[in-house]
Amino acid sequence: MVNFNAAIFVALLLFGIGTLGFLIRRNAIVVFMSVELMLNAVNLLLVTFSRIRVDLDGQVMAFFVMAVAAAEAAVGLAIIIAVFRKMRNIDLDKASLLRS
Amino acid sequence: MISFLFYVFAALALASAVMVVTRKNPVSSALFLVMTFFCLAGIYVLMDAFFLAVVQVAVYAGAIMVLFLFVIMMLNLSPDELPAFMNRKIKWAAAALAIALTGSLLFLDVSRRLPASPGTELNGEVGALGELIFGKFLLPFELTAVLLLMAIVAAVIMARREL
Repeated sequence: MVNFNAAIFVALLLFGIGTLGFLIRRNAIVVFMSVELMLNAVNLLLVTFSRIRVDLDGQVMAFFVMAVAAAEAAVGLAIIIAVFRKMRNIDLDKASLLRS
Repeated sequence: MISFLFYVFAALALASAVMVVTRKNPVSSALFLVMTFFCLAGIYVLMDAFFLAVVQVAVYAGAIMVLFLFVIMMLNLSPDELPAFMNRKIKWAAAALAIALTGSLLFLDVSRRLPASPGTELNGEVGALGELIFGKFLLPFELTAVLLLMAIVAAVIMARREL
């Protein structure tokens, strides 16, 4: 039997690690990976709550989160490629095209 | 046994998540992210979410990570032009912010307000989930299909040579 408190704790820590990565990295691709980590933390939380309540709705919700994550990854990586074509790097600190 | 496996998977998932955000090389980050996804799939199995575990491996560890690795290798940045971390000041501020966020979430302590679990097992197999998806959640499911189509079109347009 899984300890649900521990599962919630793990999900929160994963979300925190994802947030940290999102904030401190300059490589656009790794920032995207951090977003995936945060989405996975939320999925873990949904599955845990679904298991606690013995109700499948949470799992269906996690399934939809995965579909949205796939769409987000496709569009996000396409944007990274477009930005790379324009400025020859993927450094978020130097991405200030809209400012000029 | 299940409890022991849960702690192993959880520890591995957290450790590889830390590696994802600390490795300078994005390929190592991506591979550690695959490790995290597999460990989460293991945890899903322990929580009776069998179909979700399969989808986790197939969609996340399979499709999404292939996309990531494909883009990393297509951009083909040399090690010295890899952007690594924000400067020291932003780094500490970000670390403080992330710790404050996690700390406040932990402080809320959702687990204390949870109701007692009414059952000991849950049927997370594909049949049970399919009935829900094609019944109660039919409209969100169809909207997801439209969303994915939009994502395909958007990705193709964004990645065209002349933008």
